[in-house]
Amino acid sequence: MLRPGSFLVRAGLTPGQIAMHVFLLACAFAMLFPFYWMVVTAFRPSQEVFSPTFHWLPQTFVGFDNFREAFAKAPLLRFMANGVIICAGILAVQLLTAIPCAYALAKYEFRGRNLLFALVLFALCVPVQVPALPLYMGLAFTGTLDSYFSLMLPFFLSVFAIFLFRQVFRSFPDDIIHAARLDGMGEMEILWRVVVPSAGPAIAAFAVFSITAHWNDLYWPLIVVTSPELAPPPLGMMYFSDTDLGSSFGALMAAATLLTAPLMILFLFAQRHFVQGVTMTGVK
Amino acid sequence: MTMALPSSSIGRAARRRLGAEIAPSIAYWFATPSIILLVGTMLLPIVVMIAMSFTDYELGALDFSFVGFDNYLSLWGDKTFWRSLVNTAYYVALVVPASVIIGLVLAVMVNGLKRGRKFYQIAFFLPVTSTLIAMATVWKYLLHGKIGPVNHLFTAIGLPSMEFFGDPSLVMPALAIIGVWSLAGFNMVLFTAGLTAIPQELYEASAVDGIDNPIERFFTVTLPMLGPTTMFVIITTSITAFKVFDTVAVLTRGGPQGASDVLLYVNYLEGFQYMRIGLASAITVVFLGIILLLSLVQAKVLERKVHY
Repeated sequence: MLRPGSFLVRAGLTPGQIAMHVFLLACAFAMLFPFYWMVVTAFRPSQEVFSPTFHWLPQTFVGFDNFREAFAKAPLLRFMANGVIICAGILAVQLLTAIPCAYALAKYEFRGRNLLFALVLFALCVPVQVPALPLYMGLAFTGTLDSYFSLMLPFFLSVFAIFLFRQVFRSFPDDIIHAARLDGMGEMEILWRVVVPSAGPAIAAFAVFSITAHWNDLYWPLIVVTSPELAPPPLGMMYFSDTDLGSSFGALMAAATLLTAPLMILFLFAQRHFVQGVTMTGVK
Repeated sequence: MTMALPSSSIGRAARRRLGAEIAPSIAYWFATPSIILLVGTMLLPIVVMIAMSFTDYELGALDFSFVGFDNYLSLWGDKTFWRSLVNTAYYVALVVPASVIIGLVLAVMVNGLKRGRKFYQIAFFLPVTSTLIAMATVWKYLLHGKIGPVNHLFTAIGLPSMEFFGDPSLVMPALAIIGVWSLAGFNMVLFTAGLTAIPQELYEASAVDGIDNPIERFFTVTLPMLGPTTMFVIITTSITAFKVFDTVAVLTRGGPQGASDVLLYVNYLEGFQYMRIGLASAITVVFLGIILLLSLVQAKVLERKVHY
């Protein structure tokens, strides 16, 4: 048994606990080192980057020179603004279409319900790369390639959202819906004013999940976008590293820091929702 | 439902859901936008894609003809296609065991802590949320043959420095390191959820049975109880790893000498660079088949998990 009187034990610092902390700190160091290196390099002068010796910190201080260079080389703010526009547009349509559909699947009986749910389950397995070719051709034939619309189109429907919200809505008590109906509320009103507010955590978890996925997506933007002023952050990063091969690691790391920062900050603030989003269904 | 109306038919009386009392047309209205999108952006494109895999269509061509299984036959004899399948399988074989085991170990250790759980969970999950493309360029620098810190470390402990992205035998392991780094934290969260579901009484019972050693406890209680979760994590990770594209597109472009050609990258080149739609569709059908197979296994595992 533990000695209850000991201060160290009360603080959770038995030898076993200390050993685990040491091990986990070492792991955390390894996991976080790329972030550290990215930020430190963003503040290094280029001759230091190419020096063959290892230094933890920059030897000469260059301030935000690399960031200025990064901004001068590529429209980084434009990339980020594109990311915000695309993520917001996708999320809005996803919520507006998935919520009613999920509610119908959860609370109504209608012909074809099982078929619809089976199709949702099927679509849940299919990555965007599968319908990509015909979607691309459709956009090419209608002349809508290289637009915000083309960037968002394949993601307007989130079967994952339908699946997730259906689970949540199913556990909403029927009695409350019934009471609302007796109060004379319409079905639409019941859904958006009674049921949806109760699903707040699930919606937040999904929002965080959706924003992460589309902020970070490269495959689809790479296919449909040709003008740099429409590029979302990953594609912008790719342009940047292409034009900049090897010459200025400092500016490259500054750009990487800027483009990955918004999600990091979002994660640190909405950490709970991220973890909930992962554990709710475990589907990535 | 106690409110069944006398006029209701037998079928309606059998329905117990509240919504059954409302005319179903409202349900269709609610589902219609999603159904349109489902058909228009998913089901129809898949049908078209499968149909095109039997044609010799090239984007921009005025004309095409049905060629039966020719595209599949030429894939069968295509070295690049097979190399991309083998490379993808190699990547999966490297990433899955490492990221699952690291995720499991981290979850069990963090869960066993009395203090500081939150800090470690944030630290280990951070790579999952980071923009992989941006971090891939950081990794390219970290693993750089001359100026990368990893090679600094190698030379410091007397190992030869390695040109990870220039050596055909090292490029897939280098990409796999990035893959493991970006997935381990995700798996940790899944395992943490599995761990919290293990009843505390089991640990108490094992203590009564004289199992005090934490390692022994891990193998006799924790691991067997995590069985279904582990299976689920393995398959989810396999699917994610199988879809590897981003790091290849940004860092290696299939090189050096095709050593990092992966299925989705070859598919992307065929379809969107060379515009050979027919052949690219055939590759996509193969890709879809493998993904569906993995998903089927996953569904079976989930089913078992529910009964567990």
